[in-house]
Amino acid sequence: MTLGIVAFWAFAVILVGAGLAVVIGKNLFHSVLWLALALIATAGIFLTLDAEFIAAVQVLLYAGGVVTVVVFAIVVTERLVGERLSHTSRHIVAGAVVSGGLLALLVRALSQAHLDMARPALSGDLTRQIGTSLLTQFALPFELLAVLLVVGLLGASYFARPEE
Amino acid sequence: MGLQAYLTLAAIVFCLGLFGTVTRRNTVGILLGIELMLNAVNINFVAFSRFRGIETGMVFTLFAICITVAEVALGLAIVILLFRTRRSAMADHIDWLKG
Repeated sequence: MTLGIVAFWAFAVILVGAGLAVVIGKNLFHSVLWLALALIATAGIFLTLDAEFIAAVQVLLYAGGVVTVVVFAIVVTERLVGERLSHTSRHIVAGAVVSGGLLALLVRALSQAHLDMARPALSGDLTRQIGTSLLTQFALPFELLAVLLVVGLLGASYFARPEE
Repeated sequence: MGLQAYLTLAAIVFCLGLFGTVTRRNTVGILLGIELMLNAVNINFVAFSRFRGIETGMVFTLFAICITVAEVALGLAIVILLFRTRRSAMADHIDWLKG
């Protein structure tokens, strides 16, 4: 159990630090790389919750797919413009007030809620349970997700098609 | 760690993402902020799912991750299209609907 606590704190510190670097960094490319670190730290948080399959999907799809696509987009747009993209911020004080206020509200609500429930023991293989419910109870949403991905990718390639 | 620690961590990450979404000028930067917020929501889903002992939250997290991938692909295609037509990726320059 102590290993779990140490792992949680380590991943939490990495996640918050990398998230901060994403939103206040000056270089867009560095922000994307910090986002990749934050997403991998989130996979670690999932591991501390015994969700190995979700952690693997997180690393493969999120950290692998999303970050690659964003890097491609940055490279393409920088080539189109022929100069470095500026990556500045505006309304910093207002944004800090809004997000800080929301954070204070959420932390206050969490501290007053009765959330001291114990973690139940694992009842069998979690990955097996996810797979079973994905193909029985959630079979229709699963198929709709495939349709959505096809439509999304077709739409993206239509938008980004070469100019005639 | 208790459920409270996970939810507090997710709240911090969500507010970081909100800060980035509100303050960034570049549309790609705004997308990165949205990614952080979605990530925080996924942490909440998995934490509640694990502590309630019901795997439905994890199935929903899988759906959320897949939909996020489609969203990022479409968002970046729109950014590339904006670059072609406006030579800019600044959110403040996208004001065609102003009339």
